[in-house]
Amino acid sequence: MHPAPSLILFTVLSGTGFGLLVWLGLGLRAPTGLAAFILFGLGYGLSGAGLLAAAFHLGHPERALKAFTQWRSSWLSREAVLATATLGVMAPHAASSVFAHAPLPVFGWLGAALALATILATAMIYTQIKAVPRWAHWSTPLVFILAALAGGAVIAAQATLGAWLMLGLGLAMAVHWYSGDRQFAASGSTLGSATGLGGLGTVRLLEPPHSGQNYLLREMVHVIGRKHANKLRAISLGAGALLPALLLLLPMGYAAVTLALIAHLGGMLAQRWLFFAEAEHVVGLYYGQR
Amino acid sequence: MTCLPKTTERKLGLVIDLDTCVGCHACVISCKGWNTEHYGAPLSDMDAYGGAPEGTFLNRVHTFEVARPEAPPMVVHFPKSCLHCDDAPCVTVCPTGASYKRTEDGIVLVNETDCIGCGLCAWACPYGAREMDGAEKVMKKCTLCVDRIYNDTLSPEDREPACVRTCPSGARHFGDLSDPDSDVSRLVAARGGFDLMPEQGTAPVNKYLPPRGRDTLATPDLASLCEPAPAAAGGFLGWLDRTLEKL
Repeated sequence: MHPAPSLILFTVLSGTGFGLLVWLGLGLRAPTGLAAFILFGLGYGLSGAGLLAAAFHLGHPERALKAFTQWRSSWLSREAVLATATLGVMAPHAASSVFAHAPLPVFGWLGAALALATILATAMIYTQIKAVPRWAHWSTPLVFILAALAGGAVIAAQATLGAWLMLGLGLAMAVHWYSGDRQFAASGSTLGSATGLGGLGTVRLLEPPHSGQNYLLREMVHVIGRKHANKLRAISLGAGALLPALLLLLPMGYAAVTLALIAHLGGMLAQRWLFFAEAEHVVGLYYGQR
Repeated sequence: MTCLPKTTERKLGLVIDLDTCVGCHACVISCKGWNTEHYGAPLSDMDAYGGAPEGTFLNRVHTFEVARPEAPPMVVHFPKSCLHCDDAPCVTVCPTGASYKRTEDGIVLVNETDCIGCGLCAWACPYGAREMDGAEKVMKKCTLCVDRIYNDTLSPEDREPACVRTCPSGARHFGDLSDPDSDVSRLVAARGGFDLMPEQGTAPVNKYLPPRGRDTLATPDLASLCEPAPAAAGGFLGWLDRTLEKL
């Protein structure tokens, strides 16, 4: 799949933002005044920036409001509804924390639950796609949720919790890669099943339907990004999870937390790039590619 | 509404005969022509006269080779367009309600004025049946020529999809696949029609008919039918040949 920068930024930034809002909503960190202004500002800013980046991915952003209508069947629509609901429900809690120095736990808890559901909905947009076997696995939502909660915990300066979540994230990423490498074969889709000719013999592409590029190849048969998969996995695991965990366990204060956050976000950008670039869509079979 | 209907009154679709398709791409061109001039946004071409031309198509013809054990290899031309699946994953993922499956005939359509161009439906389709138009930025897909098949202003023989109407080898058939007595259903039953990627769980309406196994290795050894190269002639003809060669 094509690793669109807008989608990579969207999933990383808004995930981290909503992860932070989960912890702020639960009252794990209950800042007031200026501290609340900065932390809630980061939560709203990151999630808002991510959603804005996603809107740039649309062909017709001016019709984006229509995306709130199909929550009965569509995870993308649910994501839009849940994200808006989170930001709305959390607002009284945030405003009261900042201006009245009085958190409103009921709004906070409800907002935290909605924020968690938003992260899940983002992950399900990808997990639901059976045509991309690497994504259609329970480890996809696990990685998205742990990445968001770990990143959020770091911003909330929850060192111990953050370190454990980072280690969990590392494990989840490893599971996602291990299972992902086997998912395509497990899906049972081959050029034989795609053409229905597999029973006759071995099928191969003789002539593609067009000599040039097209939307399908550009969007879904992105093969160049996988060349450095192993190096990028090492960067994702090291910078995205293990190094932040180590930094958070060291008694170094806010400097370590800042370094951990930078390393984590860098690692997650690499992980998310790979999440798209490595994912093979079954339509590639028709083009003799994966 | 992007929830799929539980049942549809009819299941209009195509039956594509891989035995008779000659790979001429006439269906590709007639589809592009009709759907550029009629319903919805035209199917644009990008960089049409430049170095990297490409365009939006709703129907494309791949060509495969099947290496068969104990038989000569077989070339199969393979037209591919929307299969109008009963369990269409492209419809349920749509966030805006632009994609829908009609209850009256099962045709999967896109309401282009509701499409935000997110591209998720194209990802959800295992068959590559949907393409985002490069100019209009809305999703395009086969409409089963919904603006032909019910069109009273066309003469009756033209009230079928453009690809079916134009196919010179009779490799494309259109009809109601929910009616077991329809021509297309009987064709599927007689020829062992099959689904593409059944393991994806999409329950396609369109069916494909397998190529007949007409070639076998029992045919005579073709090399033995060739005349051996003539040996150098002797006698008068040989002298003539050599003399003419020297001139």
